[in-house]
Amino acid sequence: MSAVTTAKTDASQEASAATEIAEGSSTRYTPIQSRSERFTSADVTDFGPALSYDLEWKLTPIARIADLLDAALTGAPAGVTLPTQDGVSAVWVDRDDARIGSAGLPEERASANAWSHFEKALAIDVSSEIATEFVVTRTGLGLTPRAAHTVITAKPFSRGLVILENSGDANLSENVEIVVGDQAHLTVVTVQEWSPESNHLASHFARVGRDATLRHIVVSLGGGVVRVNPSIHLVETGAATEAYGLYFANSGQHLEQRVYIDHVAAQTRSRVKYKGALEGASARSVWVGDVRIGPDAVGTDSYEENRNLVLSEGPRADSIPNLEIETGDIMGAGHASSTGRFDDEQLFYLQSRGISEAEARRLVVRGFLTEIVHQIGSDGTEARLQAAIEAELTDSATNKQEK
Amino acid sequence: MSQLLIRDLHVSVETEQGTKQILRGVDLAIGAGETHAIMGPNGSGKSTLAYAIAGHPKYKVDSGSILLDGVEVLSMTVDERARAGLFLAMQYPVEIPGVSVTNFLRTAKTAIDGEAPAIRGWIKDVRTSMANLKMDPAFAERNVNEGFSGGEKKRNEILQLELLKPRFAVLDETDSGLDVDALKIVSEGVNRAKENTDLGVLLITHYNRILKYIQPDFVHVFVAGRIVEQGGPELAVRLENEGYDRFLTADASVG
Ligand SMILES: Nc1ncnc2c1ncn2[C@@H]1O[C@H](COP(=O)(O)OP(=O)(O)OP(=O)(O)O)[C@@H](O)[C@H]1O
Ligand SMILES: [Mg+2]
Repeated sequence: MSAVTTAKTDASQEASAATEIAEGSSTRYTPIQSRSERFTSADVTDFGPALSYDLEWKLTPIARIADLLDAALTGAPAGVTLPTQDGVSAVWVDRDDARIGSAGLPEERASANAWSHFEKALAIDVSSEIATEFVVTRTGLGLTPRAAHTVITAKPFSRGLVILENSGDANLSENVEIVVGDQAHLTVVTVQEWSPESNHLASHFARVGRDATLRHIVVSLGGGVVRVNPSIHLVETGAATEAYGLYFANSGQHLEQRVYIDHVAAQTRSRVKYKGALEGASARSVWVGDVRIGPDAVGTDSYEENRNLVLSEGPRADSIPNLEIETGDIMGAGHASSTGRFDDEQLFYLQSRGISEAEARRLVVRGFLTEIVHQIGSDGTEARLQAAIEAELTDSATNKQEK
Repeated sequence: MSQLLIRDLHVSVETEQGTKQILRGVDLAIGAGETHAIMGPNGSGKSTLAYAIAGHPKYKVDSGSILLDGVEVLSMTVDERARAGLFLAMQYPVEIPGVSVTNFLRTAKTAIDGEAPAIRGWIKDVRTSMANLKMDPAFAERNVNEGFSGGEKKRNEILQLELLKPRFAVLDETDSGLDVDALKIVSEGVNRAKENTDLGVLLITHYNRILKYIQPDFVHVFVAGRIVEQGGPELAVRLENEGYDRFLTADASVG
């Protein structure tokens, strides 16, 4: 169990030292510094520079996102289209709005940099008590390094599905706060279909209330470096979350997700399932799944899972589950992680049944990822993403055999 | 009449120790509706012959030809061969995670026929074939071969044979790993296919027992990469009693 507590004014330095020890003693499932003790601040100057051996950044190509870590980001709202919808309000608010900071604070430099520089926050309030879908599209941000801030608040008893659809060029660091009121049922989906030149770093902070449910889904298909890190805090009795993720990394792409589920209150439940496909020599993915079960979180039921499917020679998928348990009285806590290959024998088997190579790959990828797509709960978005996933398959054999 | 004609087939495989020659001149002619049994010692190259017919990329054809109704099969891709009417029931069927049997069968049927099967009739066909093979309907929703027992995998191969309706099928040790009841069920499946579609069968086996259910027209003895003797069903009985000794001593090039 975690034991080390340090003065954390220079958190990144301290954390990196701790990391080296944790690695050396190969205690992968019991991080030396408890996740709950990490330093947080909304001010970027409280964080030291990101270093390639920091626990936080060691798996990320920081040279490619230097702007987002260090530059003075442009903070004006940009590229956002908002629909009008009964039961949902969406307005731009000032930095001093009471909603800001209600779900969490940055744990690392890029997140704090965004927080320090955003000018207006997008506040989305869901009050509808019948299931409502609300789609925010964001496109045409350009490659200027930017900051953004969003707060999604689900009122008690409300039900909603909020989809953040991102496409085009972007060089963006942002924070998304999610507050789920008592007995509310909210689904938040963030879809990254950025251009290959784009970089996107996002921290999502969620607080889930009494007997409330947050379903959180991260879909990353397009972009150069895309790093989406949801921290979900189950702070009241009976709070539950289902956190899903789907990614498809091609050559040149680094798709990262660091998921943190914090069981604070009793009788809380979490399910985490991230699935990723990788194809192409330099395709890269990172999944880190931290689950903490705090001392008061009795009766907790938790399970996290990451599956990767490698479709060619060369990609690298890191998959790192961490479980921190501070109470003995839990219902269950488990994790699973695997990285499998679609290999030549599988391809041969399918082809020997008349299925072309291109169709065989589609069949396998569809079979693998569809489960996550179906979690979204919006027919239109699901169908569109299904097609987008299949379009990710870029094997030369595909091009050869397609008519 | 349809014919699968194998002529002077030489096949090798790349191993860490270098190129290994496995098939050394195989000649075989199979007509529609005929059943040819191939029996031979372990490592003699029977599966290699099966894979070479199906087009497995690991096996390199050095010379010879395989003609299906006069058309060269060797220049076709694996899936083209299947669409031309060839089928291989594998000795070790492969697990395909994430793809359900139902989805797989429909995709394969669509690929082979060039159009999607009419949905109602197809569902009924799948159900009937599964029932005939005594496969629990729950298998339809499981991933292809994933976690199937050895015998269940073999039934799944024959299920595909029945539904895809090829013209020629190579059955590579479909009988091994089957209990007596399953052997009977699977054999009946093959016989149904023979009856309904005039299927030509190349049946690779070590045991005479399957030949009691699936009557061979010809039995070939396969040793060291080629056919060394041919005969009728009586040859299988003799092989089972005597083993392959007389062929092994006669052929110094083994090993
Ligand atoms: N991919 C491969 N790499 C190396 N050697 C191979 C490979 N495939 C086959 N061989 C070798 O070729 C020979 C023939 O193998 P094959 O599987 O065709 O035999 P078989 O007659 O089917 O045997 P069995 O009765 O045991 O199934 C064996 O010596 C085998 O080890
Ligand atoms: Mg064999």
